[in-house]
Amino acid sequence: MNVFALEFPPVSHLFEWPDIIFSGSLFAVNKTALIYLAAVLITSAIFLTAGRQRGSLVPVGVQHVAESGVNFVEESVVMETIGPEGKKYLPFLTTMFFFILFSNIFEVVPGIQFPANSRMAVPITLALVVWVIYNFVGVRAQGFGGYLKNSLFPPGVPKALYLIVTPIELVSTFVVRPFSLAIRLWANMVAGHLLLVTFAILTQTLWDNGYIGAVAPFSMLILMTGFEILVSVLQAFIFTILTAVYIGGSMHAEH
Amino acid sequence: MLNILAQAATEAGEMVEGLKAIGAGLGYGLAAIGPGVGIGTVVGNAISSMARQPESAGMVRTTMFLGIAFTEALALIGFVVFILLLP
Repeated sequence: MNVFALEFPPVSHLFEWPDIIFSGSLFAVNKTALIYLAAVLITSAIFLTAGRQRGSLVPVGVQHVAESGVNFVEESVVMETIGPEGKKYLPFLTTMFFFILFSNIFEVVPGIQFPANSRMAVPITLALVVWVIYNFVGVRAQGFGGYLKNSLFPPGVPKALYLIVTPIELVSTFVVRPFSLAIRLWANMVAGHLLLVTFAILTQTLWDNGYIGAVAPFSMLILMTGFEILVSVLQAFIFTILTAVYIGGSMHAEH
Repeated sequence: MLNILAQAATEAGEMVEGLKAIGAGLGYGLAAIGPGVGIGTVVGNAISSMARQPESAGMVRTTMFLGIAFTEALALIGFVVFILLLP
């Protein structure tokens, strides 16, 4: 594809990686799968190491990272959205936050530079897990009929308006929510990757042709790399906080 | 006559590609207008309430990120359409 007279690779080349081992079978492993594996290993390693060296009152090293992570999720996600009774979801939310964060942050790690969440498979799986959890929590907390009544017939609406409100609530609560959750994460990562690729190609083409103007896209590339670090953390945070909001919403009936 | 028709046919094929590209670009641009205004409103009001009551900044920030996330979804759907229409 030709954009601004630059040789720009087709979008599929940026996101589809060839299989490395077990090619063609069901267990084919490519770069995306390896990044996810690394994210799982890093997350487990941090919390297993921090959990083993219990006893040190002043947290140092890995323990410090784990404790401030748990603290952050507890203070600014659970307490702000669900309240004290949401503390039992803290392990799930913290694990999910760190897993998404580590699979996103490979976007800016030199030599790898691919956000694994720019493939749709894992975001949609996580979103469906969240969907099952908040529906289960809602049914357990309010009973099946009560949960349906509270989510489909929000109180305080004039009777005639239920004709419009109920179908909208039905679609938005049970159909659109998991998709918007998954698409938000996926599309942000795709957009960030495309942005970095565009500036990198621009820099390389100008440099190869001997233009000193390559400095401009290169400084933009560095700026955007910093911006993408922010986006990676923010998307992990937003995914976690929306999960907490959904769980909290089905735990307490709407007022 | 046939020659002109064949030429017109290939041009029509190219035109479809071009129209797709125009549609994708316009689609993303139009989808970005509303969320742009919306995120501006959300963040602006969040900043003014943080400036008024700095002690409630934590709560306001959490709610602000939620508002941004919901508003941004529309722009992202536009972006998805852009990717899908891209030739």
